[in-house]
Amino acid sequence: MRIVVDNLGLYLDGMRTTAWLSVLSFTAALIIGTFVAACRVSPVPPLRVAGAVHVEVLRNTPLTVLFVLFYFGFPRIGVAFAATTSAIIVLSAYTSAFVAEVVRSGINAVARGQAEAGRALGLTFPQVLGSVVLPQAMRTVVAPLGSLWIALVKNSSIASVISVLQLAEVADRLNNETARPIPVFLGAAVAYLIITFPSGIAVGVLERRLAVRR
Amino acid sequence: MTAPVLADALGPRARRRVLAGSLFAGALLALALVVAYRRLDQRQQFNPVLWRPFIDVRVLRFLGQGLLATMKAATVAMVLATALGGALALGRLARNGPVRWIAGAYVEVFRAVPLLLLILFAYLALPKYGVDLSIFWFLVMGLVAYNAAVLGEIFRAGILSLDRGQTEAAYAIGLSYWQTMLGVIVPQAIRRMVPALVSQLVTLLKDTSLGYVISYEELLRRANITGVTYQNPLQAFAFVAAIYIAVNFTLSRVAVRLEVRQRSRYGATALSITGAGEDLALTDVKATAT
Repeated sequence: MRIVVDNLGLYLDGMRTTAWLSVLSFTAALIIGTFVAACRVSPVPPLRVAGAVHVEVLRNTPLTVLFVLFYFGFPRIGVAFAATTSAIIVLSAYTSAFVAEVVRSGINAVARGQAEAGRALGLTFPQVLGSVVLPQAMRTVVAPLGSLWIALVKNSSIASVISVLQLAEVADRLNNETARPIPVFLGAAVAYLIITFPSGIAVGVLERRLAVRR
Repeated sequence: MTAPVLADALGPRARRRVLAGSLFAGALLALALVVAYRRLDQRQQFNPVLWRPFIDVRVLRFLGQGLLATMKAATVAMVLATALGGALALGRLARNGPVRWIAGAYVEVFRAVPLLLLILFAYLALPKYGVDLSIFWFLVMGLVAYNAAVLGEIFRAGILSLDRGQTEAAYAIGLSYWQTMLGVIVPQAIRRMVPALVSQLVTLLKDTSLGYVISYEELLRRANITGVTYQNPLQAFAFVAAIYIAVNFTLSRVAVRLEVRQRSRYGATALSITGAGEDLALTDVKATAT
């Protein structure tokens, strides 16, 4: 355990990177995912198709493949970003597909009468969706979105394949230097638990507070 | 494609608006495709030299073997994780306190830790303690350790979703605890969990690509080798991405099909999992009982 204590600074840096990598990616994923979900339920066929393609392509490709494709493949067509930026782009694109599915299931869970009432008042589709259905839908999907957040924190470890210095990479490098895998990886595991466990509790609290009582 | 949820039969004005929207969105999407196409063309990425490897039998065989290695790891890990997951679920539902506690702690810890860490740990730490196995088994161990925790939760939800009457009836006719569990509860729970198991298989199949990190020669690793050899990383990774999508999309469809069939068979009591596909790990596994 001495190794972990001696390198506490490295672990804390790793945690900080993991945390803000996840926060930025999750924010972007929420925005993109909600937009894609809106496209998928819209009455406009091209948008529905584009939304479906976005979801199926991104959610059926392994995250590792997306990382290497974006970081090692895309520079060939002049799309090149620094490793950390690439990680945020890839993580938010991947997570957005899952957010879109979750939000869509939330939209489907809102009683039909809500949308019908909105239309009866003469609201247009964007108005019905934006001010009647979505606000209700989002409240019902707090728990699955929370799960996606935690999955994202864990997935950010895969940024190691493009050498982004977050928790998993910190542990990997420290192990290379010290050759003491057990304390090194145990330390990293605990660091992840420090992020994920409170997140789980917070999601539970948020869910109870926002729950729609019917 | 299903009918729009938020709009019923459109009136004349809405139809005109949708048409205008369609034309605009269609034009925008077409423009994006044209820009992407021109970018690829300008950078010589349509050069046949870069694509020819994928009609070369040797390259295809090389990648095909990679796909087989991926499938092998996924299958073996799925079978072992299912067995261990079942044991964990029974453990969490056990009447014996310490057993319940240990199984619970295992599940809570292992599903909250990144899979990559578990795989690296197996690969880097175990050999130091005399565990002498091939890379394949280290990858499988990591996958099993993680997925058993996830599947354990799915199993538990499946068991809990059954009507209490099943257990009570079994006790009433004099069956013991284990006879009830194994003879009455588990067989029914398994049938309900089939769709969830298939979606978890998709996740697991995607996760085998982490074998790349510990240089297990699965599909992604082999694509990387192809990309380096022929100087075509973009094409190589896009090619394997297409393979993954084809396989996983098919499996997801099977899962949805099974779920629909189950719902019609058991009514609303079929086990449905929110956010299925991604990390059921910490997703609420809900039994939507009526």
